[in-house]
Amino acid sequence: MRLGFFLHEATRSLKRNAIPSFAAMATVLVTVLVLGVFIPIVQATTGAANEVRQKVLVDVYLKSDAKPADVQRVEQRLKNDTPYVGTVDFVSKDKAYAEEKKRNPEAYELLGSNPLPDTFRVTPDSPGNVEKLRDALAPVAANGQRAAIDPTIDEVKNRRDDTQKILTATRVVKLSMGGLAILLVLASILLIANTIRLSLFSRRREVEVMKLVGATDWFIRWPFMIEGIVMGALGGVLAILLLVIGKIAFLDPLAQDFALIASPDTINFPLLVVVLLCASVFVAAAGSGLSLRRFLRV
Amino acid sequence: MAVRPRTRRELDERRRSNRQPVAPPARSASLPPDPRNVIEFRSVTMEYKGGEVGLDDATFNVRRGEFVFLVGSTGSGKSTIMRLLIKEREPTSGAIRVAGRDLAEMTHRKVPYYRRNIGVVFQDFKLLPNRTVYENVAYALSATGASRREIRNKVPDILRLTGLSLKLHSYPDQLSGGEQQRVSVARAFVNHPPLLLADEPTGNLDPTTSIGIMQLLYRINRTGTTVVVATHDSHMVDRMRRRVIELSEGTIVRDEASGLYAQDEQTTDEFGQLLTRAELDRLDP
Repeated sequence: MRLGFFLHEATRSLKRNAIPSFAAMATVLVTVLVLGVFIPIVQATTGAANEVRQKVLVDVYLKSDAKPADVQRVEQRLKNDTPYVGTVDFVSKDKAYAEEKKRNPEAYELLGSNPLPDTFRVTPDSPGNVEKLRDALAPVAANGQRAAIDPTIDEVKNRRDDTQKILTATRVVKLSMGGLAILLVLASILLIANTIRLSLFSRRREVEVMKLVGATDWFIRWPFMIEGIVMGALGGVLAILLLVIGKIAFLDPLAQDFALIASPDTINFPLLVVVLLCASVFVAAAGSGLSLRRFLRV
Repeated sequence: MAVRPRTRRELDERRRSNRQPVAPPARSASLPPDPRNVIEFRSVTMEYKGGEVGLDDATFNVRRGEFVFLVGSTGSGKSTIMRLLIKEREPTSGAIRVAGRDLAEMTHRKVPYYRRNIGVVFQDFKLLPNRTVYENVAYALSATGASRREIRNKVPDILRLTGLSLKLHSYPDQLSGGEQQRVSVARAFVNHPPLLLADEPTGNLDPTTSIGIMQLLYRINRTGTTVVVATHDSHMVDRMRRRVIELSEGTIVRDEASGLYAQDEQTTDEFGQLLTRAELDRLDP
């Protein structure tokens, strides 16, 4: 009975304040949309970078003109003469090509020739020794550059260095997106607060009468609270619908073509939907609460 | 010819010389509550923010089942008493007890439950324009958490009592002023509160309609409900001959068991005389 009464009052007032309600709803929609795009993107970039970073490996790339004898010599050196080496794994040109082609057939079809070098994947004897291993393979010379211990070796790479660059780039994106999201959340809260204030004003007679006949504070507040939450939830649901459409229309076909895009670990979609819905309801409740506290002294 | 009193002493003298004065109650706030009293005001002073005095050291009792008129000019403190009674305002000093409960000790949380025991009627009706008569009364009931069945039972009853059975589905703007005020009375009385307050209930109505509303209030009073009516309507007060508490600038200047609106009937003569003297002055510089 009570819930019915509250809902009835809330929809009544939503209808009466259609335009401000729509504005508030639209802001919530944009906010949730930005959050919905932003959360998986940030997760994908940082997640992918971290994953690569956590693989404690040193890649020893050989020059592309390396002969089998050279390869053999380097392997011997790695296995017998270098400290901190745990295991050595040889990935030949052809093997690397085959692997990559499997992951991305069309791109490699286009290339025609094989651009990949022979590679040794060297694991250190213990994860903490990864830097020492790298130093042993390619000591830092006086000029600050690294020189490899064998002329056949083109480059010695620690994956940490590569990922560092990605992480700094994503940090900028993360910060600006985060700032934008905060501003949008604030705007939504204020717009909802304003809409509720308008609604309070247009129903001040009802509120007055309710106070006189002895309605409790929350009995008076609930319809306004529900009104705000309905606005927020509606905006949230619409935004989620747009996200679903976007995912089905753009992301899923893309993921089929390029395995790489789908590969990073992101929040799974149902969980994302729940998070966004909670966020929109929270924003709406905060906005309504703000107005009720300031303008409804019961 | 009585001259209007100017000082507190003159007011006191006048109060003492009343024909049937109600015994002035004790002023001490710490006195135990009298169970026969529905309303007890003990030296209640109320100052508004700007320093305006709404009520100045008012002390009076209202017994259970009494019918009391509060009279006085605009700004004399009648509405202040109403506001204090529904705990919309707090007194600056003094104690107010309603049905033995000290209003100062009542927590904010309990105020709504307290208000359910008081019906309030206003000069401007305060009806909701976009709801029918039935809905207006039902709305008040549902605000107190009444069940749907209770509403279905109580609303038609009270509307029958107030003579609105045929207007159930009319909107307030389709009703006459008197009918609107009846709806307002119905809404105030639907819970059968032990105390009914009416602030200028006939202020917007013509004399004939006013009588109807007063009769309704009187009928409600006969069921045992204490009724307090603030009014300007001198004819009504003179006709009804109930207890009259007269206020002037926040002070109680008269409290009679069955009084007339005015202490003396010379006021109009007095005014006429003042007027003529002023006119004479103007004509004869």
